[in-house]
Parts: sequence; C-alpha cells; structure tokens
Amino acid sequence: MCVVFRFRSALALMFGVLLAFTALPAGAGENTAVFSDTSRIASIGGSITEIVYALGEEGHLVARDSTSSFPQAALKLPNVGYMRALSPEGVLSVNPSGILALHGSGPKEAVDVLKKSSVPFIEVPERYSREGILEKIRIIGKALGVDAKAEKLATEMDAKLKSAEKQTASIKERKRILFVLSTQGGKILAAGSDTAGDGIIKLAGAVNAVDGFSGYKQMSDEAIVTARPDVILTMKNAGPPISEDELFANPSIASTPAGAARKVIGMDGGYLLGFGPRTAEAIHDLAVSLYGSQVTD
Amino acid sequence: MAEQSIAGPAGGAMASAGDRSARARVVILLLSLALALSVFLSLISGASDASAVRVIRDWLTGAVPVDAALAARDQLIVFDIRMPRVLLGVLVGAALAVSGAVMQGLFRNPLADPGLIGVSAGSSLGAVAIIVLGRTWLAPVTLALGSLALPLAAFFGGLAVTLLLYAIATRQGRTSVATMLLAGLAIAALAMALTGILIFMADDRQLRDLTFWQLGSLAGATWPKIGTVGPVIVLALSAMPLLSRGLNALALGEATAGHLGIPVQRLKYTAIVGVSAAVGASVAVSGGIGFIGIVVPHLLRLAIGPDNRYLLPASALLGASLLLLADAVARTIVAPAELPIGIVTAVTGAPFFLWILLRRRGIVDL
Repeated sequence: MCVVFRFRSALALMFGVLLAFTALPAGAGENTAVFSDTSRIASIGGSITEIVYALGEEGHLVARDSTSSFPQAALKLPNVGYMRALSPEGVLSVNPSGILALHGSGPKEAVDVLKKSSVPFIEVPERYSREGILEKIRIIGKALGVDAKAEKLATEMDAKLKSAEKQTASIKERKRILFVLSTQGGKILAAGSDTAGDGIIKLAGAVNAVDGFSGYKQMSDEAIVTARPDVILTMKNAGPPISEDELFANPSIASTPAGAARKVIGMDGGYLLGFGPRTAEAIHDLAVSLYGSQVTD
Repeated sequence: MAEQSIAGPAGGAMASAGDRSARARVVILLLSLALALSVFLSLISGASDASAVRVIRDWLTGAVPVDAALAARDQLIVFDIRMPRVLLGVLVGAALAVSGAVMQGLFRNPLADPGLIGVSAGSSLGAVAIIVLGRTWLAPVTLALGSLALPLAAFFGGLAVTLLLYAIATRQGRTSVATMLLAGLAIAALAMALTGILIFMADDRQLRDLTFWQLGSLAGATWPKIGTVGPVIVLALSAMPLLSRGLNALALGEATAGHLGIPVQRLKYTAIVGVSAAVGASVAVSGGIGFIGIVVPHLLRLAIGPDNRYLLPASALLGASLLLLADAVARTIVAPAELPIGIVTAVTGAPFFLWILLRRRGIVDL
C-alpha cells in the first residue's frame, strides 16, 4: 500500500505543479539586438560561427550546432545538434549568456522555450545575396558589441564580393547550372529559386538551369532534359557523396550538355552554400571551375 | 498466415485463475512502482545539470535561491521543459501500449498494432495535411480550430483508416485476420502515398519539420499542447478498462461473446473510436513512435496472461515507463544534442519483434 501511496503522492505532486504552474512568473526573454553579457555565446548556424571567428570574437563561444564545421577550431565546441532539431535543455545546459541563431533554427517549440528563458535570443536573417552576408555580419557584430570591427569586416567583404562578382561580368556565354542536392533512388533533387544553391550560381555569373519552382524539388526526367544544364553542381562532405557514375547513369542527365561533356563540379557544402566570410572565395572557385581562363581578376 | 486466436483466460493455462489474478495484481503493483521510478528518473535526468529535486523543493518551500538567474534557468528547465515532456511521455506511452492491447484483443491476433495496420499512417496523413496545407487550402479549418486542428486532424485520419479497415476485414460478423493485415498494409501504403504528395507540396521549412516529426520525438512537449491532447488521451484511456470484460469474451469468438450477453457491435465501435482517439492524439504531438503497441502487451501476456482486466492497466503502466526511459536515453545519450525517440524505440523494439516472430514459428504459447 505504501507503494501505491507513494505513486499517488508523486502524481499529486505533478498535478499540483501543473495547476500551480500558471502562477509562476514568466521569464524575461526580451529579444534585444545587443547582448548585455557576451561572455558565453551559443552559435547556431554554420555561417554565424564563421562570422564570429572572422570577427576574432570566438573567445565568447561556448557551443555550436552540427552545421558549424568551419573553422577546424569550432569542432572543439560542444555540439547542440542540428540547427532545426534543437533540444532546448541541451542549449541551456551550456549556460549561454546569449544565443545567436540563424533564421530557420527550430523546432518552433524549442525556440519558444529558449525565448522564454532569460537568455537573450537573437535570430539572424538569411538572404542568399551579397547584401545578405553584409547584413549578417552587422547584426552579429552589433549583438556582440563590436560594431566598429563588424563594419570594417563588412566593408572588406563587400569589396571582395563585388570583385568576385565582377570577374564574370564580361562573359557573354552564360553557363546553365543544375544544382543537385541528392540522387537518392535515382531521383534528382534539384535547387529551384530562393535557395542557397540558386544564390551562389547567380553570384558566380551563371544561370540556374531550373526555373518554375522554388526550394528543393524532385525533377522529372523530361524537366531535366528541358533544363539543358551545361554543368552539374553538387555538394561534398554533406551526407552521402554523389558519385559521378551514378549521376551520368541517369539517362536524362546523360542526354544534357553536362552529361555529354561529363561536366560535374563538387564543392564542400558549408563553403559553397554558407553565405558567410568564405563566400567570395567560393564564388571565385566556382567561376574558375565554370569559365576557366575567361575569369578576369 | 494461419488464423490463431489467443487462448481465453480459461484455456491453455496451467495455473488456476486465482493464482493468475494474484500474480497480476503483484505485477501491476510493481509496475506502478516502476512508473513512479521512471517519472523520477526522467525528471532528474537531462542534458543540463539542473537539479529537479532542488527546484521542486525550493518551489514548494518558497526558499529564496542564492543565484537568482541560475535558479530561474533551472526552474524553466524543470517546469517548462522536463515536466511537460515527462507528462507527455506518460500519456503517449500509455496510449500506444493500451491501444495495442485493445487492437490485439479486438482482432484476436497478438500482432495487431495501430502502427502495423495503418492507423498511425492515417493519423500522420491528417497531421501532415494540417502542417502543409494549414495556411492555404485548409486555412479555414486551422483558423477555426487553432491549436486543436492538428490533433483533431490526426484523430480523424486515424479513425477513417480504422473504420475502413474494419469494414473491409469484417464479413458476416467475422473479422478475417489475414484480410485485416493485408488491407492494413494497403491502406497504410495509400495513406503514405497521400502523405508523400503533401510532402512534395511542402516548402523547405515544412519539409525539414516533417522529416523530424516523422522520426518521432517528445521534444515538442509544451503545456498548451498537453492541454490539447491530454484530455483526449485521458478520456480514451479511461474508456478502455470498460472494454476488458468484453474483450475477454471476444477471445472465445464473436458468436460466443454475443451469447454471453456482450454487446459485440457496441464493443467494437467503442474500441475503434477509443484507439483512434488515443493513437491520433499521440501521433499528432509526438510523430511516429513505433513498437510500444506490440512489445508491451506481448511482454505482459507472457508475465500475467491474456486477461484484459489486468492486461490493459498493466500495459498503460509499462508503456508509460518504457517510453519515459527511452526518452531519457534520447535526451542524454548525445547531449547537448538529442536523438529522435522513434529511433530509440525502433532500435530496441524491432529486434524484439523479430524474436516474437521466431518464437511463434516454434511453440505458440500466447
């Protein structure tokens, strides 16, 4: 009987807490644009972590997410998991004094709980363009209280990105690129508009072979043939690698100009799609892979 | 697949009914203790070093903590993260296990399970429809129902599949087990295909949410969600014990149960609606958590026999405990990140399920 009593009292305790819970004061989770305390920052999103390092403020970091794999030193930080599957207790367990999270971090419930905690939570927007990168730098700099440093970095980045874009300005024959995210089960998952893949293709002076849908979608064989890509672009180091043989074994891919010339470019996912401090170099690398000697400095 | 029925409480047992029920009572008492322990373990374990014991003690005694900021953080972790999650684990674990047991009694087959025969797929379809179409085609529904839209859609999805399945598998008052399983597979495939169409329509953000949601997780536990699905599950679970006598009689065959004065048709509908409600609500908040519905009742039949009067409450207790422990593993094993719980239950449940199948090939003592 004592057992039952104990179980019941545990239940009663739980329900008591449940009922009384409404009386608890809510946490002051004010979303400020400047962290009052920058000593312990959790960085959620690969490009955010890169920017914090580029600003030389990495001493403040106490945690990262699984998409933050650059620079090498960041790997030493505790990993709070994939940015879209955060565990609120996991994030709070590193005792952050502030959370910098890239737009799209989630799930919503986890973010709501984090915002409810007294830890300031700053969401950094993501736009796949030059202005988008500069905006990220300025927001992160402001949050960490190093506006001047951020402004300097943003100016440098602006110049670098502009010159990277200029390298392909005079090219007449624009290459058509198909960005393939995965080839699982022989199905081609390709990047449409409003994706990082689409953004980097445009910055490198090329054309996204896909039009007519946004986001990542499976493409039918006929749509691939109609898209007529000159080059297939894929990611490396992100999930299972896409093998060239498998890619060109697909008859619809094989029939395109890219298939005839077996032209496929594989680049590191974080580097290619991060839209952070390394994007200017990524644009340059992609442009050289595409246009070779036509790229002007 | 040969048609086999579970031996009734009176059949095939070496022990007398009296011994059985005494043993069952002891097991239920032990399971209550195990659940209390699991609740306690779940509350004290997590990625952070927040002490649930201290937080609850301080809160009860009104003690003023030394470090106010840290205390506020720990309070949030215990009251807003762990507690709703533990409560959700108890509700969902009990709902899945009891639904499994009731399904098995209803179809007179120990391998029937809401997941196996497509009920979960139907619930998923309903939930995914709300996630993907909630702001477009189904906007009037979501606006009218608010946070109730998702669990209700999951409920009706599950209900539709169950009713369809029953209509297909039942001819002249007899339910064919083989037909039920095959029809269940077909309906599950259809529901998954429709879910696939919705997934195709989803945008990136919804897509990623869906992927994680389908793996199953108790991570979305919040008080408002518990307020929504809690009553549905509690109501459904409290209706289940009323079925135990009827399910026991049903084990002897529908005709015999009818002669014993059991309102068979009403029993079937109550069971179906109850299971759909419990599973629908569970799927809506926690996604696809597999195997609890098969593994738990089966283990308990081995321990206390097939009498539903004991099997149902015991299933609720063990289901809740196992899911809590699985969730504790999911929350701590890769801290500060966490695993989807569906992975934990499937990794442990799938081999067990295979073991059941292997045993059935040899001796059948269910």
